[in-house]
Amino acid sequence: MENFLTQIQGVPLNHYIIFCSIIFAIGVTGVLIRRNVIIIMMSIELMLNSVNLLLAAFSAYRGDASGQVFVFFIMALAAAEVAVGLAIIVMVYRHTKSVDIESLSKLRW
Amino acid sequence: MDNLFILLLIPVVAACLLCVVKEPTRARWIALLTSLLTLAFSIPFLIGFVPDASMQFEQSWMWIETLRLQFHIGLDGISLPLVLLTNGLIPLIVLSSFGKRYSGVFYALVSFMQAGLLLVFLARDAFSFYVGWELALIPIYFICALWGEGDRIRVNLKFFVYTFLGSIFMLVALIYLYHQGVVKSLEWESLVSLNLSEDAQRWVFWAFFLAFAIKIPIFPFHTWQPDTYTQAPAGGTMLLAGIMLKMGVYGLLRWLLPIAPFAVLSYSHIILILCVIGIVYASIIAFKQQDAKRLVAYSSIAHVGLIAAGVFSWQVEGIQGAVLQMVNHGLSVVGIFFIIDLLQERTATRSLSAWGGFAKPMPRLATVFLIILMGAIGLPLTNGFIGEFLLLKGLFDYGVWYATFGGLTLILGAVYMLRFYQKTMLGHLQPDAKPMIDIKGHELLVLSIITFFTIFLGVWPKAILGLSEAAVVNLLNQIKF
Amino acid sequence: MSALIWLIPLIPLLGFIINGLTRNSVPKIVSGIVGSLAVLASFVLSTLAYLEVSAARDAGSVASFTVHVFDWFSVGSLRIALSFLLDPLSAIMLLIITGVGFLIHLYSCAYMAHDEGFGKFFAYLNLFIFFMTILVLGSNYLVMFIGWEGVGLCSYLLIGFWFKNSSYASAAKKAFIMNRIGDLGFLLALFFILEAFGSLEYAEVFAAASGMSVGAPVIVIITLLLFVAATGKSAQIPLFTWLPDAMAGPTPVSALIHAATMVTAGVYLVVRSNVLFLLAPLSMEIMAVVGVVTAFVAAFIALTQNDIKKVLAYSTVSQLGYMFLGLGVGAFTGAFFHVLTHAFFKALLFLGAGSVIHAVQDEQDMRKMGGLRKALPITFTTMLIGTIAISGIPPFAGFFSKDEILAHTFQHQPVFWVIGLITALFTAFYMFRLLFLTFFGKFRGTAEQQSHVHESPWLMTVPLIILAILSVVGGFINVPEALGGHHALQAFLAPVLEMGEVNHTVLELSHMAEYVLMGVSVLGALMMAVFAYTKYAKNVDVADDKKQESLLYRLSYSKLYVDELYATVIVRPLGKLSVFFFKYVDKMGIDGFVNGVGDFFIGSGKGIRQLQSGHVGFYIMMMVISVVAILLYGIFHS
Repeated sequence: MENFLTQIQGVPLNHYIIFCSIIFAIGVTGVLIRRNVIIIMMSIELMLNSVNLLLAAFSAYRGDASGQVFVFFIMALAAAEVAVGLAIIVMVYRHTKSVDIESLSKLRW
Repeated sequence: MDNLFILLLIPVVAACLLCVVKEPTRARWIALLTSLLTLAFSIPFLIGFVPDASMQFEQSWMWIETLRLQFHIGLDGISLPLVLLTNGLIPLIVLSSFGKRYSGVFYALVSFMQAGLLLVFLARDAFSFYVGWELALIPIYFICALWGEGDRIRVNLKFFVYTFLGSIFMLVALIYLYHQGVVKSLEWESLVSLNLSEDAQRWVFWAFFLAFAIKIPIFPFHTWQPDTYTQAPAGGTMLLAGIMLKMGVYGLLRWLLPIAPFAVLSYSHIILILCVIGIVYASIIAFKQQDAKRLVAYSSIAHVGLIAAGVFSWQVEGIQGAVLQMVNHGLSVVGIFFIIDLLQERTATRSLSAWGGFAKPMPRLATVFLIILMGAIGLPLTNGFIGEFLLLKGLFDYGVWYATFGGLTLILGAVYMLRFYQKTMLGHLQPDAKPMIDIKGHELLVLSIITFFTIFLGVWPKAILGLSEAAVVNLLNQIKF
Repeated sequence: MSALIWLIPLIPLLGFIINGLTRNSVPKIVSGIVGSLAVLASFVLSTLAYLEVSAARDAGSVASFTVHVFDWFSVGSLRIALSFLLDPLSAIMLLIITGVGFLIHLYSCAYMAHDEGFGKFFAYLNLFIFFMTILVLGSNYLVMFIGWEGVGLCSYLLIGFWFKNSSYASAAKKAFIMNRIGDLGFLLALFFILEAFGSLEYAEVFAAASGMSVGAPVIVIITLLLFVAATGKSAQIPLFTWLPDAMAGPTPVSALIHAATMVTAGVYLVVRSNVLFLLAPLSMEIMAVVGVVTAFVAAFIALTQNDIKKVLAYSTVSQLGYMFLGLGVGAFTGAFFHVLTHAFFKALLFLGAGSVIHAVQDEQDMRKMGGLRKALPITFTTMLIGTIAISGIPPFAGFFSKDEILAHTFQHQPVFWVIGLITALFTAFYMFRLLFLTFFGKFRGTAEQQSHVHESPWLMTVPLIILAILSVVGGFINVPEALGGHHALQAFLAPVLEMGEVNHTVLELSHMAEYVLMGVSVLGALMMAVFAYTKYAKNVDVADDKKQESLLYRLSYSKLYVDELYATVIVRPLGKLSVFFFKYVDKMGIDGFVNGVGDFFIGSGKGIRQLQSGHVGFYIMMMVISVVAILLYGIFHS
C-alpha cells in the first residue's frame, strides 16, 4: 500500500491536473461537437472519469481516503446513468430510427 | 342571528349546491331562494346596527397561526350600506335573468362572487380583504368568458390581467406593511396605527391606488371597462357595474385613507384632476355612442369619477355623498343594463340607430325607464340628486373649480342620457320593427323595485346617510392631523 | 290654515299618482275631473292661505309663516329641512299657479279631448303644479331647487308629449339641457351661499347678508350665478332659444308652463333673493342689460314670424326681458307686478291661439288663417282684450305694470328706456299683426278647413272669459300714485322686499314726467296698432311678406341665426370632439398604450423564446460558455 502511494506521488501533482484537464476538455468537446448520442454518452463518461482520476490523485497526495470514496460513488452513479441513458437512446432510436441528437428538438417552447 | 359568518356561508353553500344542478328552471329558483335567504339574514344586522362609529358584530379566528394572519370580519357604518347593496342587488340580478336559460353553474358563480364581495366589505384584516378581493374576480371572469358575446376571450383576458396587475401592487404593499409593525400583523387596527414615514406612505399610496383605480375605474385606467361591459352577459355587466366597482371605492375609504393619510392629502389634487378629467371626458365620449351598453359604460365612468372625487375631497359631505352615491349608482346601472338587455332580447340588437319609438308599445317600460334615468342624472326627489349634491358640495369645499368642472356632469349627463332615451323610447318605431311586448312578470318586478328605491332614497336619504354618518365623521377625525 | 300649506303641493301630487296609475283604465272624463279637482282643491287652499296672509298684513305683521315638514337630510354641519314658507310673495305666486293652472286644466279637458294620451297629459299637468308649488313654497334654496328642476322635467315631458314626432322630442331635449345649464349655476350659487352664510334657509341667509357690505365679491358671484340660473329657466340671452322650440308641446302647456308660470320662476328667484341682489349693483346692471337686450331682440324676431305660437313665444321672451329689465333697475314690485299681469294676458293669448288652432284643425300658420272674427266671436273678443293688454294701452292690465317698469328704467338709465319703448312699440305692432292676420280679411286656408271652423266649447271659452276679465282689471291692484292709486301690491309685498338694509330704488320722478312717459308709450302703441291695421287687416295677400328680402327682414325672419350659431359653435364641435376622443384618444391613445404594454411583453417573450431552440448541443454550449465566463469573472475580479 505504501508502495502504491509512493508510486502515485512519484508523478508530480501538476501532471495529474493537466492530464485530467485535457481529458475533461476532450470530453466536453466531444459532447459539444458530436451529434451521435452514443458518442455523447461516451464523452460524458470521459469527463466523469477524468474527475475520478483527479479525485484519486488528490486523495493520495493528502492521505485522505474520503476522496476515493467519492470516486466509488461517482462510478456507481455513472453506471446507473448509463443504464438509464442507454435505455432512453434505445427508445429514441425506436421512434426516430436515428441516434442523431438533432432529431430530439421536440421539447422547445 | 347576528352571526356575520352566516352571510358568507350561505352563498358558498348555495354555490356548491348550484354546481350540480343542471336544469335551468330549478337552478334559477334555487339561486333566487338562496339569495333571498342571504338578504333575509342581513336584515337583523340592519335592525341591530347601532348607528355609531364602532365596529359591530365582530368575529375573528386565527387563520394562519405562524404568520398571525386572521380571518376577521365585522360591520360598521361604511360597510353596512354596501353589504345591503350587495345582498339586495344579487336577488334582483338573479331575478333579471329569469328570461334566460342559464345552467346552475352560472348561478353558482354568482353566489360564489357574492361571498367574495361580502368578504371584501366585511373584512377587518387585510389578508381576509385580499382573499375576498381576488375571490370575487375569478367567478366574474368565468361568467363573462363563458356567457359573453363577441370577442369575449381577449377582452376578458385584458380585464383579468389588468385588474390583477393592480392587485399585485396592493399585495406588495400589504407585505411591506406586514413587516412594518412591531407585532407582525395585517389587522386593520395595527395597520392604521403604523405611523409610516412620509416616503413610505407615498409608495404605499401608489400601490394601493393603482389597485383601486383600476377597479373603480378612474381615468386613465378605465379602458378595460367599456369593452368588458359591452361583451359581458347582462348579469355579468350588472355584477361588474353594480357591485364590483364599489370594491374599489370601498377600498379607498377603508384602507387607503386611514393607512396613508399624508400621501392622500398631498396627492389628492392630482387624483381630483384625474377624476374631473374623467367625468368630462367620459361624458363627452358617451354623446355619440351607438351601442347602448357602451354608452352606459362610459356614463358609468363619469359617475364613478365623481364618486372617487368625493372621496378624495376629504370632506364629510364628499365621503357621505360617495357612500350614498355608491348605492344609487348600483341601483341605477343595474336598472339601465337590465332595460338594455330586455330590449336586446326583443330586438336582437343593441344599436341605438335600430331602436326608437318603444314608448308607444311599452308604456310601462317608458315610465320606469324615465324614472331610473332621472335618478341617474340627479333630478331632485330621486336618489341621484342627494348623492351628486353632496359630492359636488365636497368638491366645492376642496376647490371651486373642481366643483364647477365636476358639475358639468349635470349638463353632460342630461345630454347623453336624454339622447339615449330619445333614441330608444321616442320617435317612430323602425319600419321593420317586430311587435314589442311591454314588460311584465319578473321584468316588471325588478324594475319596480329599483324605481321604488330610486324615489324612496331621494325623499328619505337618511336611510343610508344615517347609517354611515358616524363612521364617516370618525374616519375623518381619525386621520385629520 | 298656514299649518296645512303642505297640502297645496300634496293634492296635485296625489292627482298625478292617481292619473298616472289609472291613465289607461278609466274613461277620459274621470282623468279630467281628477286632474282638475286636484288643482281646484289647491286653488281653494291657496286662496285661504292668501286670505290669511292678507289678514295678517292688514293687521300690520310681516305675515311670514314657516311650516317644517320633515328633515330631509343632514351631513356634517349641513342640515336641510323640507319646509315651506308662506309669505306675501309666495301667496300671490300660489294664486297665479293654481288659479291659472285650474283654468288651463279646464280648458285642456276640451282641448285634449280627442288625444289618446289624455290621462297622461293630466298626470303631467298635475305633476307640474306639484313641482311649481314646491318651487314657490320652499323656505330654503334647496327646496326651491327641487321645484326648479322638477318643473324642468315636466316641461320636458310636456314639450315632448307628442313624442312620435322626433323634432318635438328634440325640442324637449333642448329645453331640458338648456335649463340644466342654468341649473348648474343655481347649484354653484347654493354652494357659495352655504360657504358664505352657512345655511340655505331664506331667513338665515338674508339676515346674515344684510350685514355685508355692498358689492362684496362673494355676493356678486352668488347673484351672478343665480342670474345664470334665471336666464336658463326664464329664457334670457344667451339661453333663450329653447322657449320658441318649446311650442312643440300642446297649446295649454305653452300657456301654463311657457307663459304664465314656469318661465317666471327666474323672476321669482330674483325677487325672492332681492336682499342679495341689492348688495350687488354689478349683477343688477348686468341683469338690466341682458333684460333689455333680450326684450328688444325677441320683439324684433317676433315681428316677422308667421307661426301664431312662435309669435307668442318670442313675445313671452320679450316680456320676460322686460321683467328682468325691471329687476335690474330695482323695480322689484314692478317686475313682479308684470309677472302677475303677464300671467293673465299671456295665458289668455295662448289659450285664444289654441282655440283658433283648434278651430282651423291644427293649422298654426297665420298666412293660412284670416277672417275668423265672425266664426269665433268669443275667442276674438278675448284675444282683442289680451292684445290691448299686452300692448300697454290703458286701462288694461299690461299698461300699469309696463309703465311702472319703464318709469323706473327712465329714472335709472334713459337709454334703456328708449330701447324699452321701441320694444313696446314692436310689441304693439306684432300683436296687432297677429290679431289682424288671424281675425280680419278673408279666410286663406283650405275650403275643408273653412267648413269646420267653429267656436270652441264652453270648457274652453269660460277660461278665456275669466282670463280676459282679469286682464282688464288685473292692473288696478297696483295703480301708481300719479294716477291716484296707492301701490297696493307694493305695500302688500313690503315685508319681502324691504328686508335688506339697502333701500330700494324709489321712484323720484315728478307726476308730470310720469304723465309724459305714459303718454309717449300709449300714443306709440296706438299708432302701431293703426299701422298694423292698414298693413294687414285689409291686405288679403300676405304672401308679399316674402318679397321683402331686406336684410333686417331676413335677420328677423331667421331668428338672427342664433340656433345656427349655437349648432356651429357648440353642438357640432362637441359631437366631433366626442368622436375624436373615442376613436383617437381613448381607443388609440390610452387603450393603445395599455395594449402596447401587453404587446411589449408578448413580443419580448416571442423574442426570448428563440433561445429555447430545443437543441441539446446549443444548451450545453451555453452552459459551458457560462461556466467559463463565471470562472473568468472569478479569476479576474479577485
